[in-house]
Amino acid sequence: MGMATTKSEFHVLAVDDSIIDRKLIERLLKTASYQVTTVDSGSKALEFLGFCEDVESNSNEPSTSPNNQQEVEVNLIITDYCMPEMTGYDLLKKIKESSSFRDIPVVIMSSENVPSRISRCLEEGAEEFFLKPVRLADVNKLKPHMMKTKNRDCQKAEEEVSSNEKIASLEIKSSEQTQAEDGNNNKRKATEAEEELSQDRTRRRYNGLTVI
Amino acid sequence: MGAVIPLQRQIIDYTTSLYNEAILDGQFTQLQQLQDESNPDFVVEVVSLFFQDSQRLLNDLTATLNQKIVDFKRVDAHVHQLKGSSSSIGAQRVQRACIIFRNYCDQQNTEGCLKCLQQVKNEYFLVKNKLETLFKLEQQLVAAGGSIHVQ
Repeated sequence: MGMATTKSEFHVLAVDDSIIDRKLIERLLKTASYQVTTVDSGSKALEFLGFCEDVESNSNEPSTSPNNQQEVEVNLIITDYCMPEMTGYDLLKKIKESSSFRDIPVVIMSSENVPSRISRCLEEGAEEFFLKPVRLADVNKLKPHMMKTKNRDCQKAEEEVSSNEKIASLEIKSSEQTQAEDGNNNKRKATEAEEELSQDRTRRRYNGLTVI
Repeated sequence: MGAVIPLQRQIIDYTTSLYNEAILDGQFTQLQQLQDESNPDFVVEVVSLFFQDSQRLLNDLTATLNQKIVDFKRVDAHVHQLKGSSSSIGAQRVQRACIIFRNYCDQQNTEGCLKCLQQVKNEYFLVKNKLETLFKLEQQLVAAGGSIHVQ
């Protein structure tokens, strides 16, 4: 039981054009008990996130535009730097310039130790820069970055939840971690209800919530 | 069961020789450590992908370098990929040969690049041969009732 809960706690989106490196990063992340989705390009990563270019390019569009909500909860993106067409840096920029997605931590991986590249990525908002080949010790550094956003999201959600919302029946709903999006409202209530009881439980229960 | 202990010894000795000859480095140990009961074929799977990918890149490099006008950008991109994947599986000597290769590519030196390509191929076939032998020994060990584990 406990194991299963921990396993689905964080969802990482891994982006790499090399099939070998995708296989490796997937295994590393799974060994560290994260849920993993791998894609082979930056554009597929954006597609997976539900990123809509037209909406993003229009700066007047509010961040809550229904066309550009995060469809699947992703707690962290880890991307290769050197990829054809869209580089990891390009992907990082798109994420950080997006009002809907900028809170997702991004980590860049590269086989080349180029200091100017590293500082450029960090300045643009990357949380970490890993030299390839990535090792288990690197992957273990990811958790604090995900906890940060999780906590921030929790606070956000608490503000959103109105005081008169019912919090009944959340025990059943919120325990189903992999539940589809229609369960999210209940999870949000669960978060509020449980927050006094256990910080750790709150975080876990919050898992699966769509960040808007 | 009588074959298990000699086979285990043989695998340990063989693997040690691959590290001593710098054919493999610590990254290969990392791969082995990521293999467990839930992923019993992880190393073989990743290494097989490396073989397929390398063969494709080497074929393309051979064709590209034999053109009248060499597209060095293409050559460099392919060598870069090969360098990355060899480093990811710990094929140290292939990786090193790729680093030298890229220097000749920067200089747009076709003759130097052709020599490097040959060197990369030699190193690639060496590590391929050695890993295939290692996997065969491991299969024999499993068939004899032993289990593969990282020492």
